[in-house]
Amino acid sequence: MSDLYHTPLHALHEECGAKFVPFAGYAMPVQFPLGVKREHEHTRQRCGLFDVSHMGQILIRGENPALMLEQLVTADIVGLKPGAQRYALFTSNDGGIHDDLMVVNGGDHLYLVVNAACKDADIALLRSGIGTAVDIDVLDDRALLALQGPEAHRVMEALCPEASQLTFMQHRRVNVEDMELWVSRSGYTGEDGFEISVPAHQAERLARLLLEDKDVEPIGLGARDSLRLEAGLCLYGHDIAKDTTPVEAGLGWAIGKARRQGEEREGGFPGADVILTQLSNQDQLRQRVGLIGEGRAPIREGALLYSESGHEIGVVTSGTFGPSVGQPVAMGYVDREYVSLGTVLHAEVRGKRLPLTVSKMPFITPHYYRG
Amino acid sequence: MSNIPKTLRYTDSHEWIQDNGDGTVTIGITDHAQEALGDVVFVELPEVGRDIETGEEFGVIESVKAASDLYAPVSGEVIETNETLEETPESVNESPYDDAWLIKVRVADATDLEALLDAEAYAHLIEAEED
Repeated sequence: MSDLYHTPLHALHEECGAKFVPFAGYAMPVQFPLGVKREHEHTRQRCGLFDVSHMGQILIRGENPALMLEQLVTADIVGLKPGAQRYALFTSNDGGIHDDLMVVNGGDHLYLVVNAACKDADIALLRSGIGTAVDIDVLDDRALLALQGPEAHRVMEALCPEASQLTFMQHRRVNVEDMELWVSRSGYTGEDGFEISVPAHQAERLARLLLEDKDVEPIGLGARDSLRLEAGLCLYGHDIAKDTTPVEAGLGWAIGKARRQGEEREGGFPGADVILTQLSNQDQLRQRVGLIGEGRAPIREGALLYSESGHEIGVVTSGTFGPSVGQPVAMGYVDREYVSLGTVLHAEVRGKRLPLTVSKMPFITPHYYRG
Repeated sequence: MSNIPKTLRYTDSHEWIQDNGDGTVTIGITDHAQEALGDVVFVELPEVGRDIETGEEFGVIESVKAASDLYAPVSGEVIETNETLEETPESVNESPYDDAWLIKVRVADATDLEALLDAEAYAHLIEAEED
């Protein structure tokens, strides 16, 4: 793993007993001594601290950056209020998803958080697409931590009362000691929590401050994946990709109202013709659905899905045994006639057909703090 | 350091084998294997009565991370499987040598047992893997 990047928390992870795996070019902790299942449960019941410093952080400044960014993403960015954060999709000309991202209106700038694996491609896309009109600043000198779970509010309140007053998808800059923190009330677990951008050289100090709390445990990528899957959240490169459209992915809500057919800023993003037609006609051939299995056997990515009459009708894109659900949970794409809740399908696992039921997502009750 | 009981025999695919002295063996996975797998969430075992051959896949252990095949250390007939693992697969992590035995097999050819690793050889094997 010697040719992998390290995050600013690498030494702390080692000290905490992390097992590392290569992920998007980084050596990332997949689990700590607590183990994936207990890390998952601890995050749902108390509070988990995640290192997500591998993700890309980008600032866009200049003349009307919101209008410029709208040339590349589906969301309503012009209508995003200062201090608010919104989920958006970079799309490609054929209507596929290039990446998913978070966008914050920071007042005189936009602040973007993008996936680690897509970071370089996203930066290239921004530079070639709108780089002559606005300044694009890649923040390699900032780390990113996520504090997630029912105790996250209490822990944040002790550290920084003003940040603890944010509600879901709000963002603000605060100072703790001499650290300038950029805090969002959001995350990737389905729980209440915060995502905290911190200067790289102060990241370890912040992490240690948070870990001092008896309820905070370090959590690896293993539990991050089962937590986000139970929360019904997509993982780029698996549940959404270049060959899935936002409508097929069930992410029509990430297309801002102002960007839809007949609205004030209709289209204007790559693939808008394909995507907006699909959105209004709902004529996509397949769609992402949630699936719950019986028994205990996890149904993994790549498992083929069959109708009750034995026709191949889809494929699983993420799957695991959901520790909080207590059943196997999965997401996959199925032909449109099989998307109704309660439809029974079968997944082929090691030559056996295991039953699955098309189910509502999220699989758990989310606990986002809306005030 | 993982636990490697001296009284058991081992395979290079991390199964342990206990000779019950009556022509049968009990088979499980080692402490080292359970630790490498991480939290076990599902164990798939063969039907009682099935004949298995040395080296053949006889089941699967799924952890939160991945699925891992189980390989038969000896040839013979499966005479019992550990049904408690259906409800408590996590006992593979907690008690790999006792509560979480996997299957019992009536051995077809006792000389199969001689080909298995002893505790010392297995300890060397996992040391070499870790290097």
